[in-house]
Amino acid sequence: MLPLGVMLLLLTAAAADDLSGTGAPPLRGPGLGFSSPVPASPSAPPLLLLPRPQEEYGAPGVALARSAAEEQSGPGEEGGEGEHHHHGGGGYKIVQWEWSYVQTPYIIAIWLLLASLAKILFHFSQRFTTVVPESCMLILLGLVLGGVVLIANKKQLYQLEPALFFLFLLPTIVGDAGYFMPARLFFDNLGAILTYAVVGTLWNAFCTGFCLYAAKLLGVIDERVQADLMDFLLFGALISAVDPVAVLAVFEEVHVNDTLFIIVFGESLVNDAVTVVLYKVYISFVEVGAENVQTADYFKGIASFLIVSIGGTLVGLVFAVILGVITRFTKKVRIIEPLFVFLLVYLAYLTAELFSLSAILSMTFCGIGANKYVEANISQKSRTTVKYTMKTLASIAETIIFIFLGISAVDKSKWAWDTGLVSCTLVFILLFRAMGVIGQTWVLNRFRLVPLDKIDQVVMSYGGLRGAVAFALVVLLDGEQVKAKDYFVATTIVVVFFTVMFQGLTIKPLVKWLKVPRSTSRKPTINEEIHERAFDHILTAVEDIAGLQGYHHWRDKWEQFDKNYLSKLLLRKSVYRKSELWEAYQKINIRDAISVIDQGGNVLTSARLSLPSMASRASFPEVTNVTNYLRENGSGVCLDLQVIDNVPGAKVEEDTETHHVLAENLYKPRRRYQSHYSRHFMPLGEKERQDREVFQRNMKSRMETFKSSRHKRHKKERSLKKRRGSDVKEDGSDKPRRNVSWHDKNPVVVPVESEEEKGDHSDPEKEDDVGITFIARKPETPKQRPQSVPAALDSPQSPTASLASPPSGESHLPWKGSVGSPPPCVSVEATKIIPVDLQQAWNQSISSLESISSPPAPPEPVHPRVSALARLGGPRPVSYTPPGSAVGSTSSITAQLSQGSFRFPERKKREEEEEEEDDDGSAPEMRPLMSSLRPPGPLPPPPPPPGPALGSGRRRNPCVYLRSLVTAPPPGSGEPHSRGPTQL
Amino acid sequence: MGSSSSNMNHIPNAQELMQETGFSAAHLLRLYERFEFLDRDGKGELSPDDFEAVRELALNPIGGRIIEAFFPQGQETVDFASFVRVLAHFRPNDPNRKDGAQQDQANSRTRKLKFAFQLYDQDRDGKISRNELLQVLRAMLGIQVTEEQLQSIAERAIQEADLDRDGAISFDEFKKSLEKVNIDHKMSVRFLK
Repeated sequence: MLPLGVMLLLLTAAAADDLSGTGAPPLRGPGLGFSSPVPASPSAPPLLLLPRPQEEYGAPGVALARSAAEEQSGPGEEGGEGEHHHHGGGGYKIVQWEWSYVQTPYIIAIWLLLASLAKILFHFSQRFTTVVPESCMLILLGLVLGGVVLIANKKQLYQLEPALFFLFLLPTIVGDAGYFMPARLFFDNLGAILTYAVVGTLWNAFCTGFCLYAAKLLGVIDERVQADLMDFLLFGALISAVDPVAVLAVFEEVHVNDTLFIIVFGESLVNDAVTVVLYKVYISFVEVGAENVQTADYFKGIASFLIVSIGGTLVGLVFAVILGVITRFTKKVRIIEPLFVFLLVYLAYLTAELFSLSAILSMTFCGIGANKYVEANISQKSRTTVKYTMKTLASIAETIIFIFLGISAVDKSKWAWDTGLVSCTLVFILLFRAMGVIGQTWVLNRFRLVPLDKIDQVVMSYGGLRGAVAFALVVLLDGEQVKAKDYFVATTIVVVFFTVMFQGLTIKPLVKWLKVPRSTSRKPTINEEIHERAFDHILTAVEDIAGLQGYHHWRDKWEQFDKNYLSKLLLRKSVYRKSELWEAYQKINIRDAISVIDQGGNVLTSARLSLPSMASRASFPEVTNVTNYLRENGSGVCLDLQVIDNVPGAKVEEDTETHHVLAENLYKPRRRYQSHYSRHFMPLGEKERQDREVFQRNMKSRMETFKSSRHKRHKKERSLKKRRGSDVKEDGSDKPRRNVSWHDKNPVVVPVESEEEKGDHSDPEKEDDVGITFIARKPETPKQRPQSVPAALDSPQSPTASLASPPSGESHLPWKGSVGSPPPCVSVEATKIIPVDLQQAWNQSISSLESISSPPAPPEPVHPRVSALARLGGPRPVSYTPPGSAVGSTSSITAQLSQGSFRFPERKKREEEEEEEDDDGSAPEMRPLMSSLRPPGPLPPPPPPPGPALGSGRRRNPCVYLRSLVTAPPPGSGEPHSRGPTQL
Repeated sequence: MGSSSSNMNHIPNAQELMQETGFSAAHLLRLYERFEFLDRDGKGELSPDDFEAVRELALNPIGGRIIEAFFPQGQETVDFASFVRVLAHFRPNDPNRKDGAQQDQANSRTRKLKFAFQLYDQDRDGKISRNELLQVLRAMLGIQVTEEQLQSIAERAIQEADLDRDGAISFDEFKKSLEKVNIDHKMSVRFLK
């Protein structure tokens, strides 16, 4: 046989050796020797990917001392011909082989690469991966790799090292799980989770332990297995805990319904406390010997359990509070926000380990507790970073764990087989799991609002997967103390493989066959958000009335506490005022925006596929410079647990190009793409779509004739504007012909007032976002500004003009095409409105950036704020119903605005001013209507309805525009459609 | 059991109530105790004031509306039977109880939704108007949001749910907008035994 020696991954040698006493494999190697036919060599040479005998080489001085010391047996690497360098000769070597210098990070990197490549390989075949869970494939790969190494090297070099596992791999997975744990769901089912985790795990542990002991007494288990009751109880403790890694890996692919998932997964996380305590208690019992255990020790065990679990939870919560407080003050250092999240969550884990509390509990609760506050505090980009980094790390850690499980299994020197033990264990864990689940569910169902039915119980029993935690624990056993360690290792490997591979493989068909309700990745609609909140209030009230101190009662109490104290402590002031419902609303809007834009992406050429989504993310967040609200929105997109879509970096050039692309591509009706995103669209009948298409074509041709005959003036105006850039005063002087004349008298009012208003109104939020813009700062570059500012300013103003002006003159502008071509004015088709939206977001960003640098900001960008303020003061007719439901919100807000504007002369002026520009910039659907009304000469005070929508439109443009996008009405019902043609 | 049966005798029409609402005797007893506790002047009827005496209810943003729901139009008081009937809306739907009368039971999905719907629909015209929705939103959101934010939320909600484009949400539309929600989960309270 092979010389034993627990060959650890070099990674461990580097990292774990000094971090954990248990991690020093060479010391433990000899301990295992009794099972190994060949005396174990005490040396555990660092392991390389494909080790082959190599002659020793002198380590350069720079080499790490440890690796140099360990290098004695000098395994080299494949392609190691360069290793023949010897430094003894003196003189200057042109090329030096510095393996020992880079060895540790090199091997880590190679392993990570290997694991990632493995993932790619598995996902080559779509059909294959839907049947075979990834974890199975990874274990198989590990087996193959282990076999290769074994054959090549005659000894196994790698093993899943407990210290590596517990200190690095497990925390990444648990941290991810805890941080993104759906808190409401978790606490809704907390009772069940705790029951299964504590009672269930204890039940499993004791029953398995005792029954194995009974089997041993009965002779089913071979004599060679030298184990007494304590050993079996210890083994039962470590084998009985459901494993979070395995559960996550398998259940994520199965997509059972949320309740089922959270119960099994929550159990796997929370049972850590039980496992840790049982394991430690039994280890100490085994050490002192069963006969020396006193009664007091059992009580100590119980006390220990309470301390470990509650202490772990408290440590986690303390770190959650620290994290929340820290992220309150990261406004100026957005870039390191994610780091704080990682560090503190990890520190929660390590601190719990430090005090030998339940680290998993600590980390989980740190994540759950901090998530809400951190997510609200940190910037959108930080949130995305946190999410992606966590998911990446967790994914890689999981991959490595499973590969190493496979590799570890190959090494026969470390385990000893006993069929009786293996089969008994398998039977017992399955049996007791099922019994435990059924028994506990029976009790729980008496208290649960939604009882767990039989199917749920089957899935829960079957989903009790064991995994790497059990393996790491069994490897950690001291072979001197636990004589049967090798048998236990073998059994654990078999159990883990059986549960992960066999059960993991079959659970999907089982779930399908049992028709277990699946989870839907559907996002709640705004109605659901509203009504569910109302339901919560109703239920709380009913509990209060009926005198029940039920779940809702306490949750309400908690929310009061959270609102009154915690949020004040942990949330930024700017965030604190926000309402969850409002955030939900914005999330939904942004989600729609992105789906709409992505939908545009579908029609682009493959080379540009990524552009639309980039544009959407690059430009929308800019709006937050003023209102700060998109920080939440993005999370609606990015914090989706199931979907990770990539967020490409935003580059200004690409952005410009995007505008081109959008402008060029979005104007043709593309129904079939729309249907892809039907989730957020009001269902449109086929016939209606047809109608709309036909209608648009007709409109287009009409427009052509229309604009050639009229609107010459607008064209002129427009070119004027373009030349002058963004000066509203000039705009004003251009326009009096068709507007009220007082407008000219004090044009200065606008910039001045807006300036100060901007100062107090939007400053905090603007600051808030400064840090976010590490990508988005680009628009500031002088090179871009001349191009983008006029264009951006131009476009919102121009729609009226655009009806008249042939696009020819403006075609050099990036988004000219969109504004210039008539059909979008008429159409409510989703895709067509986007360009305007983008421009406005763009415009917004530039304006805010400019307003920082240059005090007398161009009036145009200021308007949103001005109008927002004005609107705040104005009366709001809540009952106002828009004339056309198609333009619903836009026009209703407009109406409020106009009403507000009649209050104070100054405000009125300002608004009028806006109005006139807004006429242009307001929702594109209205343009035909407006323009058709206007041209016949100077109008009396501009018609209130569609006017100042811009203020709102711009400030909340995603909302307004998207609403109109998303709920694009059939042509018959929308005002522009029904009226447009007749007027033209 | 002796004391409870004697208590049961105090409850008027206990058997019919149990039959009608599906509450068990223990539930009913417990609710009756609560009823008597709320009924401070011992008239056997509750007035809105009695409800408002519940301190937590005063903190509930839509507590007033829920109290109103206990009082059918025009009535000043509610007796125990009506009290229990209203609460019966929130009894979890018992899947084992297949007695065919599932439809008109108070805890059916439709009835639960109807109850919620009527909290919104203050003028009882069978539609949640924009205004009515706004009122509820304003109550639930408080000062956290500006009026215009409320407006846009309401606007959006109505647009989303309003299938026939009359600018208001009818009960059918309301039901439709919540068809993916597990109402049994979200609108049920576990009544203690």
